[in-house]
Amino acid sequence: MLKDVTFGQYYPGDSFLHRADARIKIIILIIYLVIALAAQSALAVALSAAFTLYLAVASHIKLRLLLKSVKPLIFVLVFTGIINLFFTAGSGEPLLQWKFITIYREGIRNAVIMLIRLVSLVLGSAVLISYTTNPIDLTDAIESLLSPLKKIKVPVHEFAMMMSIALKFIPTLIEETNKIISAQKARCADFESGNVFRRIKSLVPVLVPLFVSAIRRAEELADAMECRCYRGGEGRTKLKEMKTRPADWIFLLAAAAMCACVIFLNRVPVKEVFEFWKGMF
Amino acid sequence: MNASVNALELKNVTVVYGEGTPFCKTALRGVSVCFPEGSTTGIIGHTGSGKSTLASLTNGLLKPTKGEVLLFGEDIWAKPKEMRTVRSKVGLVFQYPEYQLFAETVWDDIAFGPKNIGLDEEEIKNRVRDAAEFCGITREELERSPFELSGGQKRRAAITGIIAMRPKVLVLDEPAAGLDPKGREEILGGLKEYRRQNGTTMLLISHSMEDIARYADRILVIKDGEAFMQGGLNEVFSNAEKLFDAALDVPQITKLFIELKKRGLCGDTDVYTVGYAKKEAERIIGGSGNA
Repeated sequence: MLKDVTFGQYYPGDSFLHRADARIKIIILIIYLVIALAAQSALAVALSAAFTLYLAVASHIKLRLLLKSVKPLIFVLVFTGIINLFFTAGSGEPLLQWKFITIYREGIRNAVIMLIRLVSLVLGSAVLISYTTNPIDLTDAIESLLSPLKKIKVPVHEFAMMMSIALKFIPTLIEETNKIISAQKARCADFESGNVFRRIKSLVPVLVPLFVSAIRRAEELADAMECRCYRGGEGRTKLKEMKTRPADWIFLLAAAAMCACVIFLNRVPVKEVFEFWKGMF
Repeated sequence: MNASVNALELKNVTVVYGEGTPFCKTALRGVSVCFPEGSTTGIIGHTGSGKSTLASLTNGLLKPTKGEVLLFGEDIWAKPKEMRTVRSKVGLVFQYPEYQLFAETVWDDIAFGPKNIGLDEEEIKNRVRDAAEFCGITREELERSPFELSGGQKRRAAITGIIAMRPKVLVLDEPAAGLDPKGREEILGGLKEYRRQNGTTMLLISHSMEDIARYADRILVIKDGEAFMQGGLNEVFSNAEKLFDAALDVPQITKLFIELKKRGLCGDTDVYTVGYAKKEAERIIGGSGNA
């Protein structure tokens, strides 16, 4: 059951998304979220979907992995789809009316837009950040983006360090949990039967050793850091300096332009665009 | 009890991790091996050779991709729903078992296994008391929190938790790893005595040739997921050349006697323990003294 955790699953590669500056990627992610959420009109939604598709292809991440990131959402997707499909009241004639079910054009429209939006949100953030950004780069980037807050005494470096340690320990703790589960199973522990309360109670023999070992690891790590004279962020240099290259700036500009396009297209109905297009020739 | 019965048998077992993914790895390849009832088999092999995979197979924590695991002649995967019965018969002690301790007192922790089997209160009490006494855990220690014990004591408490289930087969994955010589001796010596009293079949995974020579009567050598050699101590250790090929070793004392034989100083190289070596050396010296 613990094999399916994809949180923070970096997938090494050499696409331009992998090479891009993590700070720029975070800013682009924000722009991207604005695009995905703001798109209303058909053209705007199409454009934002196209952007998502482009990012997915550009990341060189395998289709199977991309689908895996959407998989946990299937229930939410189906649920929102149905709600939007059946419960949107339209102004025109219903397309279908059968007993208590009525479907309007607007219902179909809303359902499709909602689905595209949700899938874009998940897929886009997975492709932009989780799959293509090394967790260490990510925390460095967050530290760097938040560094202005240091002026008002926010412990930005400590926060980033805690985050990177937490991320690094996730796989270790998952492995540890599996080991402990096996060991308790070898003592005939039963995790599968009984009602909810019994099952929760049956987890005690797993959770106690897990916490003990997490605390032990934390203490060891703290000692190891102190032995190497760690004393916080001040004056600390980095092995890998973050660099923003011209390509990153172009990427950022393109994303901003895309955002402007989407907002503009939202205000223009499809018909007008077609007529404008016809008038060109 | 029939001496020829195999307590545990692996028939042509193959284990593949992550089949169908790019990370697919074959941990065991076509391994067939018998563990006769009442024997102690030492299992040796390099890190990553498949020893721990083999341990997880013995009590059904891991299902073989191909092949069968037979416990007293019965396929343990025939009725997967009764796997807990299998686990009560095959006691598996993992590497560093002290990290599985969780209960408030050592007593509760030792009682965890017997409780899970579904024994009644009286029987549980008896088993905990017996196991604790056998493993040298005092009454006072039974009342303490397992987290207050020292490393070696924790290890002993964890092994006691398995022994209290009274398994017919006891599988130990490096039970003495990371202990000082005294701790090693206590644990391994205790296990040997336990086996002598109860006739339990044991599988002892270890890196130390010395330990295996002292405590096992059979050896299984695993190399790259295959059963490289298996048989009695003599059979395997007398084939020192083959062991060296697998980048493994024979006990130091055996090495000495192989050297001595090369120089024509003695005829016998089947010497695996220091005790026997001492007798042998006295015999040789005594013999030449007489001549």
